[in-house]
Amino acid sequence: MADIYTEKVKDHFFNPRNVGEIKDADGVGTVGNPTCGDVMTVYIKVKNDKIKDIKFKTYGCAAAIASSSIGTEIVKGKTLDEAMKLSRDDIANELGGLPAIKMHCSNLFSDAIRKAIKDYRKRIK
Amino acid sequence: MKRIYMDYSATTPVDKEVIDEMAPYFGKYFGNPSSIHSFGRDAYDAIEKSRSKIADILNADADEIIFTSGGTESDNLGIMGVAYLNKDKRKRKGNNIITSSIEHPAVLETCKYLEKQGFNIKYLPVDKYGLIRIEDLEEAISKDTFLITIMYANNEIGTIEPINEIGKIANKYDVLFHTDGVQAVCKTPIDVKKLNIDLLSISSHKIYGPKGVGALYIRKGVKIRSLTHGGGQEKGLRSSTYNTTGIVGLGKACELGKIRLKEDMSQLKYLRDELIKNTLKIELSYLNGHPIKRLVNNANFCFEAIEGESLNMMLDEKGIASATGSACSSKNLQASHVLTAIGLNPEKAHGSLRLTLGRENTERDIKYIDNVLPDVVENLRKLSPLWDR
Ligand SMILES: Cc1ncc(COP(=O)(O)O)c(C=O)c1O
Ligand SMILES: [Zn+2]
Repeated sequence: MADIYTEKVKDHFFNPRNVGEIKDADGVGTVGNPTCGDVMTVYIKVKNDKIKDIKFKTYGCAAAIASSSIGTEIVKGKTLDEAMKLSRDDIANELGGLPAIKMHCSNLFSDAIRKAIKDYRKRIK
Repeated sequence: MKRIYMDYSATTPVDKEVIDEMAPYFGKYFGNPSSIHSFGRDAYDAIEKSRSKIADILNADADEIIFTSGGTESDNLGIMGVAYLNKDKRKRKGNNIITSSIEHPAVLETCKYLEKQGFNIKYLPVDKYGLIRIEDLEEAISKDTFLITIMYANNEIGTIEPINEIGKIANKYDVLFHTDGVQAVCKTPIDVKKLNIDLLSISSHKIYGPKGVGALYIRKGVKIRSLTHGGGQEKGLRSSTYNTTGIVGLGKACELGKIRLKEDMSQLKYLRDELIKNTLKIELSYLNGHPIKRLVNNANFCFEAIEGESLNMMLDEKGIASATGSACSSKNLQASHVLTAIGLNPEKAHGSLRLTLGRENTERDIKYIDNVLPDVVENLRKLSPLWDR
């Protein structure tokens, strides 16, 4: 099972970056993955329309956790519009590929970050 | 790093004595057991000796054993073989088969296949421990029922089914009884005569024998239809040149299994109970399967708020080989049908861990797990949005 994952996936799974919560977050997004039951929550701090800080918590398989971890690294410092455009393929590519059956797990992060940004935009309206 | 194998229900290493027994049959005694010459006879003798050894652990007779390529083929041959013969003889019985909802795919998928061909299959539910209820079985039987196929012991949660009672019911209603004994053989004493079992499937690689070989016990007088057509080996029931080395290995594995049964059982049971006792100290952890009516080598847990594949990988990183019934690690992304059948919701089934013990495990292994597992669970929970404390 472990060997179907790339070294990069394993790195992010065993040493996930940006784990945790942000108590005074500007936006929060929680999504569940109806396909396999994985759940992710992402917290963002926003400054000048950019993601200044980001933290996550994920309940799920190695693909879900690694996707979450690398996703936070990708969007950190990016503008909200750029982060909104992130797709599951971007995440999978960045991880050096995911097994076909695990592709749905990388949706988790892109869905969660969009939800968090929408949450932020709703709050500042 | 020290590696600890705790996935013996997936497969076992081949015993050194088994390897030694097999070795001469690759080269020295390579003959085709069906040949008339001395080369053939050497191999033939070995095969018949092996047949007796297999019969011995079941209290069966040697001529009641058919060699196959493994547990899957034995299940297919036993179930379809009975079903197809019964179809021909419509006059005697109807077209209903009764099975359980927690069978191995080798049985479940075979039943589904037969269903598509017009057979009627009843899938008995199980209680929270994974046991079928005898009342359900008796109620499900009709004059159309010609076969009951219920596993001896479950491969995921280790629950041992009430085989004795099932055999009695089968006898009472004159229905054939097949049982998948793949996980039970060499882990519990089996007497097919006493238990009234008509057909029983065995797999070699679960009992310290080589992979790709198995056997089907077919009680004398029980007729089945063959699924392979060819040279007519095994009384025409299973054509194909004998896998002599594999068969010799399976025979030796059974012989050793019989000699060691008592010792294996008490050692495994002791280790299993230690493992369960230690693990259940972890907050919000649960044992799946029956506390007593379970295989001596099986421990299956759920941990709230974490996912099984992650747990398997974290443990693998610490050198511990384990398994899970999580949807994330299955090919169809469905939570284990066994865990669902015992009433676990998908989230709980998501967090399952199976540790299955074997001859090589020691008390030190159990201690090592006890040192590692609580931290691994805690670390994954720290990552989990479902864990808030
Ligand atoms: C209960 C049960 N039945 C059948 C099988 C299949 O046996 P084999 O791998 O020999 O085909 C297994 C093994 O996974 C099993 O655990
Ligand atoms: Zn997943």
